Amino acid sequence: MTIQEIQEEIVDEFSMFDDWMQRYEYIIELGKSLPLIDEQYKTEDNIIKGCQSKVWVHAEQNDDKVVFTADSDAILTKGIIAILIRTFSNQTPKQILDADTNFIDEIGLKEHLSPTRANGLVSMIKQIKMYALAFQAKN
Amino acid sequence: MHKKDLLNNSSIRGQITTFVFRKNLNNKMLDIQKIRADFPILEQKVNGKPLIYFDNGATSQKPRVVIDAITKYYEEINANIHRGVHTLSQLATDAYEASREKVRNHINAKEVYEVIFTSGTTQGINLVASGMASLVKEGDEIMVSAVEHHSNIVPWQFLCEKTGAKLVVIPMKENGELIMSEYDKLLSTKTKIVAVNHISNALGTINPIEYIIKKAHEVGAAVLVDGAQATPHLKPDVQDLGCDFYVFSGHKICGPTGVGILYGKEEWLNMLPPYMGGGEMIKEVTFEKTTYADLPHKFEAGTPNIADGIVLGTAIDYLNEVGFENIQKQEKELLSYATEKLLEIEGLKIFGTSENKTSVVSFNIEGIHPYDIGTIIDKLGIAVRTGHHCAQPIMNYFNIPGTIRASFSFYNTKEEIDTFVEAVKKAKMMLS
Repeated sequence: MTIQEIQEEIVDEFSMFDDWMQRYEYIIELGKSLPLIDEQYKTEDNIIKGCQSKVWVHAEQNDDKVVFTADSDAILTKGIIAILIRTFSNQTPKQILDADTNFIDEIGLKEHLSPTRANGLVSMIKQIKMYALAFQAKN
Repeated sequence: MHKKDLLNNSSIRGQITTFVFRKNLNNKMLDIQKIRADFPILEQKVNGKPLIYFDNGATSQKPRVVIDAITKYYEEINANIHRGVHTLSQLATDAYEASREKVRNHINAKEVYEVIFTSGTTQGINLVASGMASLVKEGDEIMVSAVEHHSNIVPWQFLCEKTGAKLVVIPMKENGELIMSEYDKLLSTKTKIVAVNHISNALGTINPIEYIIKKAHEVGAAVLVDGAQATPHLKPDVQDLGCDFYVFSGHKICGPTGVGILYGKEEWLNMLPPYMGGGEMIKEVTFEKTTYADLPHKFEAGTPNIADGIVLGTAIDYLNEVGFENIQKQEKELLSYATEKLLEIEGLKIFGTSENKTSVVSFNIEGIHPYDIGTIIDKLGIAVRTGHHCAQPIMNYFNIPGTIRASFSFYNTKEEIDTFVEAVKKAKMMLS
């Protein structure tokens, strides 16, 4: 699936919910499906700065694709990073770099996109794109 | 007239009785709904729910009189102060200086020129810490406590880096109180300044500053008290305390943001060099040498925050009208009610359990990140602070990433606490 298709799928899923509580409950569920980062990569280097909770993201290259794993000590943050990883994992660096993240707005998490918000969704996206950029440069 | 004669004078006695009676009446009947009506923002809805504002430790809300006074200043007397001969400049200067006098009276400073306008607590501390560089040398010690806000740690670290002095920390106990026997041991003639908060922002503990000041003075050290979290709840008497510096912010005491106060004893303020150079702070300028203005202007370079400086006086008047006795009574009730209700939640732990604390409840629920709870209850219209509260050493002490901090003000109610506790329970259910 392309990033675009995955994002549409996520938007579809979220459109089923009427209120924020259901959305948040679903985010919590998604957090549980997050491909967890290997403990050895839970290092200071892999912590995303700008988050009130701790978020670790690790990236590996599998052929021409980038595979992400992550973890967080806060459940909601874990759910949000799970949404991002579902979108960006197993894509090529170029696809990751070209993708926009407007779907976050559509699934009712707009407030989390504020650059000043302490949960740092923007920092997470930036970090994911940085990894993609690094792999692209390496290739 | 002697006191005895005074009391024999029936008409005066009548007045005294009436006054006492009114005061008591006032104490018993603080009309919270009437007070709430003074704060326009409390009528707001947030995420479709009535706002419950429990982030008073971060900043207080503003009463209508304060909001109106800002507009009135710009509509009626806006002009630069201390320089023009024209009428508006004179009116603005008078209002600004009248506010300074109000602050002096409020904190009972001896002289009005001991009251310096700053941009807030942080600037006040930086001003003193930076000036101390000329008085501190290698091997000297600067003392802070384990419960300080970062703004009362970092400026002193700058000072230590600059001078080679050593930063020494008064340790704390599990309940959030400072260990005074350790403090006694740490103090020596090497100690040049002790910088402590009057009340801890993260835990709400009221520190024994009277004792700290007395002991520090015995070894010849100066004392700076960070009153940012204390001034919303009490009226400090700087002469009675005997502290050398007392700093606080306007925005936490129902005043505007961007204005604060540094009180300093005259002899200390005279010893410190100016903090910033510019207009207003000079006596005479030539390219060879500049002489500085007298206090307080020596520390007030440039055009100050005139409007907010004036309105700080309005905020102080407002708080005194409500009355600090009333404020404390209401906040004490809120604190004990909230503590009791929150502790009914299984797995909830309160950090900062001293008997001596203000209306702050810092807590966590076992197995749940404070950020998650903060996010969920925000959706229910409740504003609390989550995170390390700019006091990471405290969080490190407890080995936690942060807490949820609910800080109550006199305009909060028990009903709001009920809603808040229900919201926390709901969040807990969702997140467990």
